[in-house]
Amino acid sequence: MALIPETAKQTIELRVNGLPRSVLVRPMERLLDVLRHELGLTGAKEGCGEGECGSCSVLLDGQLVNSCLVPIAQAHGSSVLTIEGLTADKRLHPLQQAFLSCNGAQCGICTPGMILAAVHLLNKHPEPTLAEIREGLSGNLCRCTGYSQIFEAIRQAANPGASE
Amino acid sequence: MVLAGLRLLHTDEPNALPHEHIVGTPVPRKEGLDKVTGRARYVDDIALPGMLYGQTVRSTIPRGRIREIRYGSGVDWTEYVIVTAKDIPGRNVVALILDDQPCLADGVVNHPEEPILLLAHPDRHQLSRAAEAIEITYDPLPAIFSIEESERQSEVIWGTDNVFKSFLVEKGSLEGIWERAAHVVEGEYSTGAQEQLYIENNGMIGAYDEEAGVTVWGSLQCPYYVHKALMAVFALPEEKVRVVQMETGGAFGGKEEYPSMIAAHAGLLAMKAKRSVKIVYDRLEDMAATTKRHPSRTRHRTAVDANGIILGGEIDITMDGGAYATLSSVVLSRGTIHAGGPYYWPNVTIRSKAVATNAPPQGAFRGFGAPQTLFAMERHIEHIAEVVGISPVEIRKRNFLKPGMTTTTDQLIRENIDLEELLDHALELSQYRDKKQRFTQQNERANVKKGMGIAAFLHGAGFTGSGERYLNSLVGVEALADGTVRVLVSSAEFGQGTNTVLCQIAAEALNIPYDRVTIAQPDTSVVPNSGPTVASRTAMIVGNLVRSAAVGLAQTLEASCGLSRSFTYEEFRQACRKHIEEHGQLKSLSRYEAPPGIFWDDQKYRGEAYAAFAWAIYVAEVSIDLTTYSVSVDDFVALQEIGKVLHPRLAEGQIAGGVAQAIGFALYEKVVWQMGRMQNHQMTNYIMPTSADLPPIRVFFKELGNVHGAYGAKGIGELPMDGPAPAIVNAIQDALGIPFDYIPLLPEDIYQRLAIQSPAPVVEG
Repeated sequence: MALIPETAKQTIELRVNGLPRSVLVRPMERLLDVLRHELGLTGAKEGCGEGECGSCSVLLDGQLVNSCLVPIAQAHGSSVLTIEGLTADKRLHPLQQAFLSCNGAQCGICTPGMILAAVHLLNKHPEPTLAEIREGLSGNLCRCTGYSQIFEAIRQAANPGASE
Repeated sequence: MVLAGLRLLHTDEPNALPHEHIVGTPVPRKEGLDKVTGRARYVDDIALPGMLYGQTVRSTIPRGRIREIRYGSGVDWTEYVIVTAKDIPGRNVVALILDDQPCLADGVVNHPEEPILLLAHPDRHQLSRAAEAIEITYDPLPAIFSIEESERQSEVIWGTDNVFKSFLVEKGSLEGIWERAAHVVEGEYSTGAQEQLYIENNGMIGAYDEEAGVTVWGSLQCPYYVHKALMAVFALPEEKVRVVQMETGGAFGGKEEYPSMIAAHAGLLAMKAKRSVKIVYDRLEDMAATTKRHPSRTRHRTAVDANGIILGGEIDITMDGGAYATLSSVVLSRGTIHAGGPYYWPNVTIRSKAVATNAPPQGAFRGFGAPQTLFAMERHIEHIAEVVGISPVEIRKRNFLKPGMTTTTDQLIRENIDLEELLDHALELSQYRDKKQRFTQQNERANVKKGMGIAAFLHGAGFTGSGERYLNSLVGVEALADGTVRVLVSSAEFGQGTNTVLCQIAAEALNIPYDRVTIAQPDTSVVPNSGPTVASRTAMIVGNLVRSAAVGLAQTLEASCGLSRSFTYEEFRQACRKHIEEHGQLKSLSRYEAPPGIFWDDQKYRGEAYAAFAWAIYVAEVSIDLTTYSVSVDDFVALQEIGKVLHPRLAEGQIAGGVAQAIGFALYEKVVWQMGRMQNHQMTNYIMPTSADLPPIRVFFKELGNVHGAYGAKGIGELPMDGPAPAIVNAIQDALGIPFDYIPLLPEDIYQRLAIQSPAPVVEG
């Protein structure tokens, strides 16, 4: 469990999944904890607490970050996208659909972070090569799949018409 | 590059089904939607009102007597709930097999990280500071840390001889075979510890109520193992213990026995605090304190004739079990039975033992002893081939088990398995011969050496020998008034697809739509004991019970409501409503019955060890860069016969994931020990494969069909852990001409061997 310096709480303003949010927290509190404990968004998971596994991945102003390494003060004024924000209009994002149909989620614990890493990847490379997929996901560990079906899901989402 | 693909090669015995199949099709994963939307609830996602957070204070030394526990200054200890061994109302054990492991150390510690006391506080940030303020002093005792030290018995730390369990398997006689042999081949092989590294750390919430007893919600594989352990710790009857499995973020065996410990801790804190308490380990604690794969050492001495046919041999296996017995006896059992590989041994003596060291207990991990002994077998068979002067393919073909032959435990092979054909298929799929020839030519001049390696292996499904009879599993299928059907099992989903496959089987057996079948959350107050979710037994054993309970349900409706045999779903729905209106509920139970003709002798370790074996041939293509000494696996073919493939996508996912984990076992994942403590207990320096490290893992199935399992399914979950490591090390030998007989095999190991043998070759181009 992370040690948080005993500093006074501050009001932090940020947009989370498109909505303005305001939280009163210690500035060095981790973005991950604020999402999970203050805002009730438990989709981002803590796997290692040191930025190795990527299961806490979210998009911060469009950039893929490990939310366990981001002090909340750094997110002040920023925009955060979590897995909960991908389905805001009640329809699955094409990547969520593809993860479902390709068995890209097994135990599911890495899935929210993995899907956000994939969102980031497809923003950067709308039609990624396999090498770009492998590189783009290399900060997100999955112990169940061996990644093949995740690669497939990303290719399917990127190019839904293509046959296998 | 081609991504992994699934090819069903052919089906020898198509299972004739009377209607459109549900089994064998890629239906959606039952809990898939919750997982891709982030709605799935894991234990750390739950907060109960007024809940406290718990922390474990652990031993810092490997062995000794606890002299004093001092609560340091600077902490207001009245704010903390503190639990020690004295607070345990029942027995201070983690009940499993031998009950030798305390729930909290009482006076002595036997390994680093052994739990000594527990703290709870409302503010989770305060806990680690308080834990650090606790000072425990010890009178240290001498400790032992290796198989060799344990065998020497310079210190006896467990029982009278440091041996948790030993087995002796004897088939035929070794008398005279050494004299008759054209060659006697000896070898020693070892494997390291491996961390399961599920991405969700262990965690549990405990609650206690004088009336209701103890309840826990957690990340776990075996609800009734935890249930049994809590009954012992709290001295409560079974109805006052309730265990609920939350969504579980990976397990791989790592949540088979240790959750019983954490559940007891959370429950004890909750009892004393009179509030619910959550204990969730962080990664450092999880890796340092919980179980890992048993390190092993296997020695082979084999007599072969001039053609390389095995005449007989001796196999000696030793596994390091850590400080307490936990599951070592059964891990050793599976390792012992798999030690002869998929080969025919007319005569063999296998001696095995699990020994104690002052390290945290080793435990269950996918494969459960078999990956260790199969690594040895599949390396050893290559040595035999070399000595005899025949190819790795030929040595295997000459010694493969065939229908009508017997295994090392005298189990008759009744299945129509043709391993030669399977091997030929795998060689074709991997272009083994062409590549091997090409690499041999190119390697002479190249600085990146390439090689091809094979592994042939088998994995028994279900509990060993009489195990399934003792488990006596019970399964329920319940129909509700709205015509939906609910599967009631304690078998847990943790990624492998339990929910989906069992619902498919129920839907198939009842001939109702898959989306009309759900599965109950494993909760011991709701579901019967269908046994632990281990040993590749769920699809085969539990699946078959689900099928028979579902058939029983339809028969009940036939009798009570005159439901015809070829009913429509609407007729089924109406019959359910009518039956429930008249009788209150509609539930069908099915209990395990051993297949007829199964014989197993627990004393002599002889007979039908498993109701079915899955069979496989894996082929690895590797390259070794002689500048960095790093190994990359460039292509991987996994061909297996697992009986009926119930769900092609899930099955492919299981195999690919297992192969990935086994590549880690072979090449990356090294537990660095010092005085019984894991030094690299974090993801930064314990390295598992990333998406950038793995080859395309090409998965192929061949279906034979097995009479025992549901719709002919056999176990699948553990099989892919067994073969990759030897296939890779065999491929490294093919590339470098150097035999390595231990894993994990890191670049520094290869460097050291090459540097000692000769100056590293520098080749231009």
